[in-house]
Amino acid sequence: MGKTPKFVQGNEACVEAALYAGLNFFAGYPITPSTEIAEHLSVRLPQLGGKFIQMEDEIASLCAIIGASLTGCKVMTATSGPGFSLMQEALGYAIMAEIPCVIVNVQRGGPSTGIPTHVAQGDVNQARWGTHGDHAIIVLTASNHQDVFAMTVEAFNLAETYRTPVILLFDEVVGHMREKLVLPEPGDLPLVERLHTSVKEGVDYHPYLPREDGRLPMSDFGGVHRYNVTGLVHDMWGFPSTDPKVVHGLLRHLVDKIENRAGILAHYREHQLEDAEVVMISYGSSARSALHVVEDRRRRGERLGLLELQTLWPFPHELVRRKCAQAKAVVVVEMNMGQIMQAVKLSVPQPERVFLANRIDGNFITPADIMNILRIIQGKGV
Amino acid sequence: MERCRLVFSGSGGQGVITAAIILAEAAVICENLNAVQSQSYGAEARGGATRSDVIIADTPIHYPKVIQPNVLVCLTQEAYNKFSAIIRPGGLLITDSRYVKIQRKVDAQQRELPMYRSVMEQIGKPIVFNICMLGAVIALTEVLRPDSIMKVLEGRVPRDFLELNQRALQLGMELGRAAAH
Repeated sequence: MGKTPKFVQGNEACVEAALYAGLNFFAGYPITPSTEIAEHLSVRLPQLGGKFIQMEDEIASLCAIIGASLTGCKVMTATSGPGFSLMQEALGYAIMAEIPCVIVNVQRGGPSTGIPTHVAQGDVNQARWGTHGDHAIIVLTASNHQDVFAMTVEAFNLAETYRTPVILLFDEVVGHMREKLVLPEPGDLPLVERLHTSVKEGVDYHPYLPREDGRLPMSDFGGVHRYNVTGLVHDMWGFPSTDPKVVHGLLRHLVDKIENRAGILAHYREHQLEDAEVVMISYGSSARSALHVVEDRRRRGERLGLLELQTLWPFPHELVRRKCAQAKAVVVVEMNMGQIMQAVKLSVPQPERVFLANRIDGNFITPADIMNILRIIQGKGV
Repeated sequence: MERCRLVFSGSGGQGVITAAIILAEAAVICENLNAVQSQSYGAEARGGATRSDVIIADTPIHYPKVIQPNVLVCLTQEAYNKFSAIIRPGGLLITDSRYVKIQRKVDAQQRELPMYRSVMEQIGKPIVFNICMLGAVIALTEVLRPDSIMKVLEGRVPRDFLELNQRALQLGMELGRAAAH
């Protein structure tokens, strides 16, 4: 297929994938370590006839892409922890109003402005529960540039399919490091386009009336239909409602459309799990160190395997339970204080066999860090 | 091939990060190898001891950083003082003889090369100091072919400056070959 490799940063891989998926509107406020996403899109989008806007802050950035999405654009913004905190209100609005959008968070150390140029994975639970109220969310991640590309395209597809914000939770190491990226040709990866309503001009359009398959066709805002969009609980017209049946129905719909599909939304990679006595579970850049350990220890005859999660939320409880069924120990490798470990503990019948191999000092977790913890877990000492 | 782990260090503005990117890109684009490149960010990347890591291999590379380089380049005294201890025993340690006074206690093949002086005397433009260094590295390690570096430079450097870079690469290779005893 005549594919030429590129040698790029993870942030550039995300940009290439977003454009491949049809991104045509980006609004953002550059922040380390996500800056290269805005930087490259500020060049590429205008060349392709899209719009790039540098906003006054992250609140406005997410609000701008929400508005643009309603008019029919494929939209994205990119930030890091501090900006992601500011976006939480608008994130809830996009969930409630069911507006497709992609939000990239290239994680750095927190809380607050934290440690801007160093790596962490501390925003996992913020991505899940940062905005208030009962809701569901889709959060994807990746450990290498080919997967950054694939997950970014998938984020746009899921946003359109489920009319929901999708969060890409990358980290400083993956965002900044350079490695090979083979750009897929057009058509290699399936793309989901906006589902437009077939309701004609002059006929009543119900923005929140699902089709038989549960999907909600959209009508470009400012086009032929007039309708209301609100963060308040709303009926099928989009108008506020306090009718208990409407309230209950909407909340169930918002949660069920995602949580009931946790199985099919679960993207992952597995390495040597078949006979693994120790199963490591990791994601993002940490999974690279964990995979290094798997290959190294397998050469020495140790039965070690890795489950690399690419979908963090909805959490793939069933997948984790199945893959850990034969494990004597489960070791979660992440650069935080056990945010995914807590979810893993909920998934397995023996949570006391779940351990944490982590690092939270701004340095990238090394294979030696993981090995030291594995030895202690296995009763071998340091 | 044996996995090649390189650390380029120096001070912000000497072009060590650019050199690392060019080398790694040449490995991937021109020689169909795997490579990863990473670098220090933040205050230390702007002055101070800048560092960029490159791994080149014909197998997949998972852990992307270099803990023990088998090739270490130090272009300032500060970088040498900070990083010389991390070299893999018996590895190749390249320093610039104008900027670095070496100590003998490091277990490495130390090559002090007059890269900066040669660039200034023969080319007169310090901007290609890093390309001269790359020439020395590939002459001493043979990790890549010089034409791969030139091909990447053709895509990155304005045409009028290509010859300058070609000369610097050549100069570095001569210095490297002369030191490859």
